[in-house]
Amino acid sequence: MAGYGIGSRRDLAAQMTQLVLFNVFNGLIIGAFYALMALGLSLILNLSGVINFAHGGFLAIGGYLAYTLIPYLGFWGALILSPFLVAGIGVLVERVLIRRLYGRDPLYSLLLTFGLAFMIEDGTRFIWGAQSLPFSIPTWLSKPLSYQFFFLTGYRVFMVALVGAAVAGLFLILNYTRLGIRIRAGTLDLETVSVLGVNVRVLRNLNFGLGIYLAGLAGVLASGMLGLQPTVGDNLIMPSFIAIIVGGLGSLPGTLLGGLLIGVASGVTSVFFPSASEAVIYVMMAAVLIVRPRGLLGEEGRF
Amino acid sequence: MPKLDKGAADALVWALLLTAPFWLPHVGGYVELGSRVVIYALAAMALNFLLGYTGVLSFGHAAYFGLGAYGTALTIKLLYPSTPFGMLVGVAVATAAAAIIGPMIVRLRGVYFAMCTIAFGQVFYFIAFRWFSLTHGDDGVSAWHRMPINLGFTTVDILNDNKAFYYFVLAIFAVCAAAMAFLLRSPFGRTLLAIRENERRARFLGIPVDRHIWMSWVISCFFVSVAGSLYALLNDFVDPRALRWDQSGNFVIMAVLGGMRSFWGPLIGAAIFLVLQDYISSETENWMSFIGLFFVLVVLFFPRGVLGIIRRKAVS
Repeated sequence: MAGYGIGSRRDLAAQMTQLVLFNVFNGLIIGAFYALMALGLSLILNLSGVINFAHGGFLAIGGYLAYTLIPYLGFWGALILSPFLVAGIGVLVERVLIRRLYGRDPLYSLLLTFGLAFMIEDGTRFIWGAQSLPFSIPTWLSKPLSYQFFFLTGYRVFMVALVGAAVAGLFLILNYTRLGIRIRAGTLDLETVSVLGVNVRVLRNLNFGLGIYLAGLAGVLASGMLGLQPTVGDNLIMPSFIAIIVGGLGSLPGTLLGGLLIGVASGVTSVFFPSASEAVIYVMMAAVLIVRPRGLLGEEGRF
Repeated sequence: MPKLDKGAADALVWALLLTAPFWLPHVGGYVELGSRVVIYALAAMALNFLLGYTGVLSFGHAAYFGLGAYGTALTIKLLYPSTPFGMLVGVAVATAAAAIIGPMIVRLRGVYFAMCTIAFGQVFYFIAFRWFSLTHGDDGVSAWHRMPINLGFTTVDILNDNKAFYYFVLAIFAVCAAAMAFLLRSPFGRTLLAIRENERRARFLGIPVDRHIWMSWVISCFFVSVAGSLYALLNDFVDPRALRWDQSGNFVIMAVLGGMRSFWGPLIGAAIFLVLQDYISSETENWMSFIGLFFVLVVLFFPRGVLGIIRRKAVS
């Protein structure tokens, strides 16, 4: 009898560990999404001072375009092409609409992207319908990798790996290419960069496209996990804002850290207080604002 | 166009508002639409106290609008069926929330301030959405209604008489508008203008800028919660959409559309926006696209708002 008791306690402990691990991993995945989206938002915000409310909309477009492309190109082709198409739309939107608002009160760009978000949500609903669409991923990716850790489906691991690769790629671009170095320089002092002969309009345009590319990529990956709805971006945009605030405005590593941090925090909280899993990220934001208003890795005096 | 002086403009606005229930039905409107315009105008004017007169961009005012609405609805439904008492509780709760959140954000400026107000606003949205036992989540707080107001010598039946409710709303609007106008004319209000025009200079003059912004924020949230409370009474219902971020965007676009630099601007913006929304949503299912397009067009072509354009024409 005693042995049985110990055994069941050990089982319980193992189950608990598995549950916590599951949620930490789950949080990491969600956090990776937040980070991917927040990095795009942050890029645009840092260089152009525009809060892109329509970021969630671009994410949805990424998912829907991939959905449309899959019958022709297969999953992999759609995964590669769709984010580029979304980035193209982003570049066009910047050129036609957002460019006119640089140098004006941030109020106006906020309102404009707000309106865009409405239009995109309604547009996707008009084209693809309001009902949730199934998004097929290759079957070998949707199988669990191990029966002990049932939650490790190939797709989840693949997603984390891909997000990691995208983030690594972004930092490589920012550190080692001329474009990236100019973007970082422009973030610090756009006027000087312009005086040095860099075409700032093109720079901001490409930077916007880069940010939207990340949103599109996040969109394809998210639809594989969550399915497709016109409002798919809605649930991701607020946490992305918080990731930026927690990580610190003006700091891309901060944004990455913030995204992962709030993802894991909400994952772990959902084990113990399921209903507080959303609230906890707002509590974290409040704590950061009280203790360190510039954010964890933010620079002093930037805002 | 003939140049209106300030007194004449005020008189015209009040004359139109006071007679609205009588001329509205003749131009294709209805009395509830009039009440809605006055309520949203109050909200947009309250926002403009902060946005236009203090120069601080809040994109989270829907939260306090919604808190006022929920506070009023839940008080009348669960605690005590009295309209004034419900409003008092709703406004007190919302103002207290604003006062607590204020110190965390008043040090921030510009887009950062905007982002934090949006994010904090969503907290209340989630609470309303998740706390099912109290708020019934997405279904909203229903099965209650506003109560007739007993003045001792007579009872004003705002429940069944549309016009009585309109004048009830208008009376509260008038008190709030007068209070805001008074505050803006006071030395305190002038100080806010100074902060808007040049914060650094204001700081050098020894003005405690952060404290003034906090006060302006709380005052603004107080008035927006009064509007929220009236909104709950208007519909006899409130759901989480009252405090979602798109509601905040609506307030801002109303203020911008009418003219942020003018006292009556938000009223005009609210009237245009609501009439348009009312019309579009009855004509097409894709009203969201049109509202979105409307935002884009206003930003690109009317950034100074209706009154801003009229004033510039009058000057030139």
